[in-house]
Amino acid sequence: MNSLQSFKEFSDGNQWLVIWPETALALVAVLLLVLELLRPARKGMPSLAGRFARLSQALILIFFLLDFLVWRPSWDRSIFSGLLSQGFRSDIMRSLFLLSSLLVSIIGEVYLRRRNLPRGEFHGLVMLASAALMLLAQSSHFLMIFMALEAAAVCFFVLVGYRRASAKSLEAGMKYLIFGALSSSLFLFGIVLLYGVAIGPEAWGCQAIEFGSGDPLEFHYLGEFIALNAEHPLLRAGVVLVISGIAFKIGAAPFQIWVPDVYHGAPTPVTCFLLVSSKAAGFFLLLNLVNGPFESLVDFLAPLLGVVATLTIFFGNLAALTQRNVKRMLGLSGVAHAGYMLVGVIASMYFPGDSDRATWAVIFYLFAYLLASFGTFGVMCLARHPGGDAEQDLEHYAGFGRKRPFLAFVLTVGQASRAGLPISAGFVAKLLLFAVAFQAKLYLSLVAMVVGVVISMYYYFGWIREALFDPPPPFSDEEVIADPWAGADPDPTLKLTLFILTAALLVLGLWQGPLGDVF
Amino acid sequence: MEIGIDQIVLLATIGIPFLASLVLFCGFVASDADVKRLGCLAFILPFAGSLWLFLRFDYGIEAGNQFSVLFERVGLQQFGIMFHLGLNGVSTPLFLMTGIVGLAGGWTAICSRTDRLRLYLALLTLMHSGLLGFFASVDLFFFFLFHEFALVPSFVMIGLWGGRDRRGAAMKLLIYLLVGALLTLGGLVALNVYAEADRFDFPTLSLALSEMVADGEFGEVTQFKIFGLLLFGLGILVALFPFHTWAPRAYAAAPSSLAMLHAGVLKKFGLYGLAQVALPLLPLGALQWSSWLIWLALGNILIVGFVALAQTNLRKMIGYASVMHVGYCFLGIGVLTALGVGSAVMLMVAHGLSVALMFLLSKYIDQRCGTFEMDKMGGLATKTPILACLFVGGCFAMIGLPGFGNFWGEFGIFMALGEIPETRFALGLASFGIVISAIFGLRAVAKVLFGEQTDAFLAAEKDQAVKDLEITEIAPAVLLLGSLLLIGFWPRSISDSVDNELMSPKRYLVSQAGNAFGLPSCCASGVSSALANDANVTTDFNGSIGISKDFPESNTTNE
Repeated sequence: MNSLQSFKEFSDGNQWLVIWPETALALVAVLLLVLELLRPARKGMPSLAGRFARLSQALILIFFLLDFLVWRPSWDRSIFSGLLSQGFRSDIMRSLFLLSSLLVSIIGEVYLRRRNLPRGEFHGLVMLASAALMLLAQSSHFLMIFMALEAAAVCFFVLVGYRRASAKSLEAGMKYLIFGALSSSLFLFGIVLLYGVAIGPEAWGCQAIEFGSGDPLEFHYLGEFIALNAEHPLLRAGVVLVISGIAFKIGAAPFQIWVPDVYHGAPTPVTCFLLVSSKAAGFFLLLNLVNGPFESLVDFLAPLLGVVATLTIFFGNLAALTQRNVKRMLGLSGVAHAGYMLVGVIASMYFPGDSDRATWAVIFYLFAYLLASFGTFGVMCLARHPGGDAEQDLEHYAGFGRKRPFLAFVLTVGQASRAGLPISAGFVAKLLLFAVAFQAKLYLSLVAMVVGVVISMYYYFGWIREALFDPPPPFSDEEVIADPWAGADPDPTLKLTLFILTAALLVLGLWQGPLGDVF
Repeated sequence: MEIGIDQIVLLATIGIPFLASLVLFCGFVASDADVKRLGCLAFILPFAGSLWLFLRFDYGIEAGNQFSVLFERVGLQQFGIMFHLGLNGVSTPLFLMTGIVGLAGGWTAICSRTDRLRLYLALLTLMHSGLLGFFASVDLFFFFLFHEFALVPSFVMIGLWGGRDRRGAAMKLLIYLLVGALLTLGGLVALNVYAEADRFDFPTLSLALSEMVADGEFGEVTQFKIFGLLLFGLGILVALFPFHTWAPRAYAAAPSSLAMLHAGVLKKFGLYGLAQVALPLLPLGALQWSSWLIWLALGNILIVGFVALAQTNLRKMIGYASVMHVGYCFLGIGVLTALGVGSAVMLMVAHGLSVALMFLLSKYIDQRCGTFEMDKMGGLATKTPILACLFVGGCFAMIGLPGFGNFWGEFGIFMALGEIPETRFALGLASFGIVISAIFGLRAVAKVLFGEQTDAFLAAEKDQAVKDLEITEIAPAVLLLGSLLLIGFWPRSISDSVDNELMSPKRYLVSQAGNAFGLPSCCASGVSSALANDANVTTDFNGSIGISKDFPESNTTNE
């Protein structure tokens, strides 16, 4: 009877309308495949599929923003019997995923065109993955989370190995598949432990919740149950396993080991997609969990995550220090950024509520990271390197400033923002993280952050130095590298995108507008 | 907030170089002549603006910020950060000094035959607006922000237009300065979090923190930690003794106009931060760190002084000398009295002018001799009498001879040291520094200007006859030297406004805390009065000094 009731609710209500952006993305993705079949793209020409993908994503993004900022009367609602629950925060994250998806399509189109790779499937996969991540952002049920994570992961597996002719890309795809499967199974095992204990509390010597039964995978119920039995070892093990699964996604130590190889081998736009969307999804999930069901475990989780954050910061920065390959360097610096944001996550546990200052600091950081990453990767997509796409070394950027002043400017601003220099969004983001960490009295993590930032200056500015300063004259017997930037003129769309991204980075560094009020 | 003419001038002074930099960056101005014209405007107008504000500054009234410009909606309101500009007695003379050095440096850059001049001027004007901005910021966040504005261009400029060793020097400079900036930022964030004031500007914080001190909430231990962060953060930015090695190397590699602005103005940021922010807000912390600061400052004066003595490269010698003389400013701040801090501010102004002058002259010398190595120079005076004159003047100013601004700064600092029994040992050691700087300064004069012409010099002369300075080259040097002489003969031109600010009862927590901890009460006597007493005895050649005799000896900050 109960299930029939909910089925009736499903079909009667207009709950499906609430997830129209996800539905629209998935529909467009399917349409793209048909389109590619009917009108295959010609070599080196702009494809119809790409244009259609960009246009439809831009429209969805615009209407979604209008929807949740202007038209909708209230933000908080729970749908599908508590599988999804929406709020202002989750909608902000949905717009982040949409934006990131659009940007991946823009830079991906340029990248694929230069390399004569099929385009329709690429855009479709990106949109499907984004739809799954958007669902993930609003789920308040472990079943839904797992479904969304897996749906996104499957798309990512294909995308990472998208260049089938390249050994590096295949190697990266393989590694990502294996590590992804490991992470999923850890995550699943954690869910199972939580479920097992919560469904039959008496068998494990736990206190049951007074008022009848509920769904033990649902956040609210699980949160109350964990609060009652905070000391139980099996529950704690489950929580640790779930967090380990997420740590894989965000590349936090000790689960960061896949990061350099996968980021190195994956096609450049996909690397950026992983770096931004996948990481943002992991962080938002983590924020939801530690401020939701796991809230009562602060005393247990905070020191644990503190150690993880410190290790992550040091590993990321020290490993990135010696890299000559820029993709590996950016990947490893992404690990370090994950460490900084983890400090924000820990701080958010010490603030009451789930929409506090620290949460917003992390979300702002994610946005700043998005802007900086797409700017830099947009530039990187334009190069055609002799050793294949994966081998983007610092040497290839020698004399970049003279050859391509605009691109060099975009690159410099992006690097400065990642390094946390004013005036850039990255600086404000770091400042906010510092401030919330200070307010939460996380002094040791703060020290780790400061030391990490200091170390990171060397490799961030090493790249700028390589790109801007004139190279020392080559030795006579040195082989001359073919210019990877020959014919790398950005088309108007990309140029405009890069300009907007860079301008947004600079403006957000000075003026945060209404964003500043949120904190 | 009411917007008057002064507010508009203040905004324009900082805004014009910034806008000019944007215009130059975006390439709206293409031809070389237009670029130069715009560059001229971007340096002359701020100079005029800073001079106007300096003359309009009214130090007869109660201390505090004047010409206040406040935009509440710019910044992170929840942290109390808002865009707030204004000048007080300490910042006004430094603001004017920035205008002067900026004009001299900018003029030099415009007249130089630099490759990619448009980009160079774009970066230099950006830096200039940052330099003007941090002296004029009341909000501490923007104070920091403007500093970074100035810092990043200097990295790019050294790397792009620098001389030998530029890549290494640029990287070293950047890493050192960013470490310093980060520590400073940590200290500022800590201040923000502890004070929980609704504004992150200097007067509000000072009020909030002094209330907390009165309630016993903001104790010695906390202040000790935060002051430590600020001291070392700002110290690295100013090349405090063990962290000074970046400075001479970077100055040796930097293009001249950048070295002038960097050594002359940007390096004052740290000292200014200590004098304006750290000391008044964290008096108890300052008291605990002061003996450390004095020892480190002595390291600057003596150890770096000896290193400067060993230099044969003119550029490096000037770099080390500038680091050495910064030590005196640290000493003045370390004494914690109004006289000490005020004299340090005076020395900051004079030091900025004199260092810029020396870097400028070293460029002229290099153009004529083709080298910075002093062993290969000699006999320049016979060929270029005007340059010789200016160089001798610059060296005298650097040494701190009477008649130049540096003299009053160092003199006041020595008096401040002598007033307090605990710091008298430092007086003895620090005065030895005068001898050191006299040795290397005069030796440089002798080696460069006098003596036999070396073979290398003669060879260089064969291709092209060595000419004396042209009028465009003389102008900036005369501007700098003239300002130094003006301060030297009329120190009250700046000391009055500094006094007014430092000795206001509202502001100066240090002396009150000092009384509580047993420092003598004479620590609150101001620069003007102290200088004037002595000026009457020693050098009564300028009537305007004598007037200040009736300056009130005892004032409100005394018990």
